[in-house]
Amino acid sequence: MTLTRRDVENIAHLARLEITEAELPVYAGSLSAILAFVEQLSAAPTADDVLPMAHPLEGQVQPLREDRVTEIDRHEAYQANAPAVEAALYLVPKVIE
Amino acid sequence: MSLHRETGAEIGRGLAARRYSSVEVTRHFLERIERANPALNAFVTVTAERALADAKRADARIARGEGGPLTGVPVAHKDIFCTTGILTSCGSRMLANFVAPYDAAVVERLDAAGMVLLGKTNMDEFAMGSSNETSFYGPVKNPWDTARVPGGSSGGSAAAVASRIAPVATGTDTGGSIRQPGALTGLTGFKPTYGRVSRYGMIAFASSLDQAGVLAQSAEDAALVLGAMAGHDARDSTSVAAPVPDYAAGLEKPVKGLKIGIIREFFGAGLEAETGAAVRAAIEAFRGEGATVEELSLPNLPLSVPTYYVVAPAECSSNLSRFDGVRFGHRCKDPKDLLDLYRRSRGEGFGAEVKRRIMTGTYVLSAGYYDAYYLKAQKVRSLINEDFKRAFARVDVLMGPTAPTPAFAIGAKTDDPILMYLNDIYTIGANLAGLPAVSVPCGLSGGLPVGLQVIGPHFAEERLLAVAHAWQRATDWHRRMPGAYA
Repeated sequence: MTLTRRDVENIAHLARLEITEAELPVYAGSLSAILAFVEQLSAAPTADDVLPMAHPLEGQVQPLREDRVTEIDRHEAYQANAPAVEAALYLVPKVIE
Repeated sequence: MSLHRETGAEIGRGLAARRYSSVEVTRHFLERIERANPALNAFVTVTAERALADAKRADARIARGEGGPLTGVPVAHKDIFCTTGILTSCGSRMLANFVAPYDAAVVERLDAAGMVLLGKTNMDEFAMGSSNETSFYGPVKNPWDTARVPGGSSGGSAAAVASRIAPVATGTDTGGSIRQPGALTGLTGFKPTYGRVSRYGMIAFASSLDQAGVLAQSAEDAALVLGAMAGHDARDSTSVAAPVPDYAAGLEKPVKGLKIGIIREFFGAGLEAETGAAVRAAIEAFRGEGATVEELSLPNLPLSVPTYYVVAPAECSSNLSRFDGVRFGHRCKDPKDLLDLYRRSRGEGFGAEVKRRIMTGTYVLSAGYYDAYYLKAQKVRSLINEDFKRAFARVDVLMGPTAPTPAFAIGAKTDDPILMYLNDIYTIGANLAGLPAVSVPCGLSGGLPVGLQVIGPHFAEERLLAVAHAWQRATDWHRRMPGAYA
């Protein structure tokens, strides 16, 4: 699989990453090399009965807990790391004109 | 003072015997950090004031007779673990302004054991790398040869312990990030079973693979620190509720009659000759001590690296979508709209390797490619897991090299991601199957450390530590340190 500049632009858009013009061919090259490298998986003997493995803990189920409040309000501490806050709200550029 | 030549456990015993105070020990290490760190770049943040306050508290606790084996012993945390009120950068520009509002479980537990926080160690950005060259804070140097890499991604922790500017350090291992730097710097690098240590407050890279562990001078130190770190935590849904054995007490368990499997696939082309010879000699030594050794084939294991480079980027592209320039982390200047805010904040905040992995992951998860790449890789992961299960039905532990070569030159592999990825060819399998594994020093190649890797079945930490300890009682490779820092 060889990726074009156009492909990289598309992937970068999906990933919400700004990639400069100069970087496009570099990523096209290295991403193509990575895809060519992982291509060897296609020859692996995964018969129909081989189940996909999502995590290593066989039999582990998502634990449930009692439905009660365990977290206290710490928004001030958390928002201390936010780039822009006003009235306890995170500020972003205007979304709706 | 020669305090730095003592292991963490020895310092703990010295403190308990009142041979010195934790404040003295801490000052000694802080001075060593001040002298050596500018050249090594092992620490991103040194928490001197905090360390001295911790040390005073530890001394008081010891004086009250309430200390444990780690009380007053200094530790350095990989900068992937959240530490309240202290920069937690994950080696990234994205988090270069992030002061964590809470402690990771690992940090809490080692605090509770009375350990003294020296600071936060440098690492590959978001733990993505095998050489510590992807850090926003610059590469870490290997104390054995400062023109070489210490391995990665826990390279700062490895360099800190190898140079004895910290007696012991924490790390994380997603594809070899504790064991490979451990091997390249002559340390005992221990990665526990997936789910053994809580990941609460540990910044996520690939959630089906990530696990916290230890970079230590000895199996004994690894046993003590792991014992203090491990255990169930309801705040991490992957944390396993199995009881934690007393690892330190289990160190002396006899390993006579141990059944060792040699992984045939780990001794093929690509393995440097002297490294292979040192590892084979170590396995022969175990045979000489009464272990049985048989060669086994894990036929799907050579597919570990390509499997990992689909699964890990897929998970990272999902995990790192939280860095949006809105709630925390880097934000670009004057965004013109929300899309511009996302794209530029992430474009500026992430380095090249992180972007490459996010894009790889985005691609393999995208419509039309999911089955061919991601689903296929998950199925191959099953095959690799089955290979390990079959092997552990026959043997107690698997042995082989940790890394194919000793430490390589800084810059040698930065232009070729595949070449860099192949450094982890022997370590990734244990992550895919969630197995515990340890790298122990077993020789030198061209004057540089070589690691023997020992892999066990799930929750066989105690056995691996006993094997590593038996090896270290019979040899002194783990006692060697780079001359300039002795």
